[in-house]
Amino acid sequence: MIGLGHYVVVSAILFVLGVLGIFINRKNIIVILMAIELILLAVNINLVAFSAYLGDLVGQVFAMFVLTVAAGEAAIGLAILVIYFRQRGTIAVDDVNQMKG
Amino acid sequence: MTVQVLAFYLFASIVVASAVMVILARNPVHSVLWLILAFFNAAGLMVLLGAEFVAMLLVIVYVGAVAVLFLFVVMMLDIDFAELRAGFVSYFPLGGAIALILLVELVLGIAIWQAGEITLAQRVAPTPEDVPNIEAIGQILYSRYIFLFEAAGLILLVAMIGAIVLTHRARGGVRSQDIGKQVRRRPQDAVRNIDQPVGKGVEL
Repeated sequence: MIGLGHYVVVSAILFVLGVLGIFINRKNIIVILMAIELILLAVNINLVAFSAYLGDLVGQVFAMFVLTVAAGEAAIGLAILVIYFRQRGTIAVDDVNQMKG
Repeated sequence: MTVQVLAFYLFASIVVASAVMVILARNPVHSVLWLILAFFNAAGLMVLLGAEFVAMLLVIVYVGAVAVLFLFVVMMLDIDFAELRAGFVSYFPLGGAIALILLVELVLGIAIWQAGEITLAQRVAPTPEDVPNIEAIGQILYSRYIFLFEAAGLILLVAMIGAIVLTHRARGGVRSQDIGKQVRRRPQDAVRNIDQPVGKGVEL
């Protein structure tokens, strides 16, 4: 039987890969958003694994809320990306500090 | 039992491999496709855990909405991705070091936690026997967590309005319909009765 530790290790590896993705793709904000999705996926796997092994359904309910927030965050992030591209013609996030208002 | 172990290692290895490809792929379109593969296999892991509802939600929400949104934006924007790759190597040592430290800490934490025993003295919502997963989730989601559920709906509404407000732009030179103006228009302002003499031109 697969232990809870296996799932937690998979989720830890996914989380670390997400953090690494944010660091090594510093300029490409699309991949940064995808890395954030990976991090949230790791959190979801963790919540569901603990929920299943401890016999408590609340973990799965909270996984749904995490999913909701992830969807909203992706929509807003991509909308900001679209208007930023419209203004500047690039998505390099090095000079985002020039963004006003 | 061995089938479950095999399936777990299959799903877990594909999830990790495709996550690596998401952050390393040269083309963001390929990144999105690897992300979709990662989501599918994560859903497989959740099915193994017995959480069918969250697994199906993952496929519907992430693959059906979020990944397609990413794909749409990546393809809509005309971006020079080669330029964005610059600095990839120089960021790698720092990022790799931080990721390594984080991984060691997480694994240490898991090892310490596994040395002990974790049990819940009292479960908030014990998984009911002989009730399907979806039904059990529905029973607590629509009763105890109804306000959280509605708050989640509110978050989605705010996200939707925010995205529309951010990306909407009023373009000039477009004759759009102003319903208020149409309704305010009265006959005496718009229509003129004249007694037109015969043989003369109409004055407009």
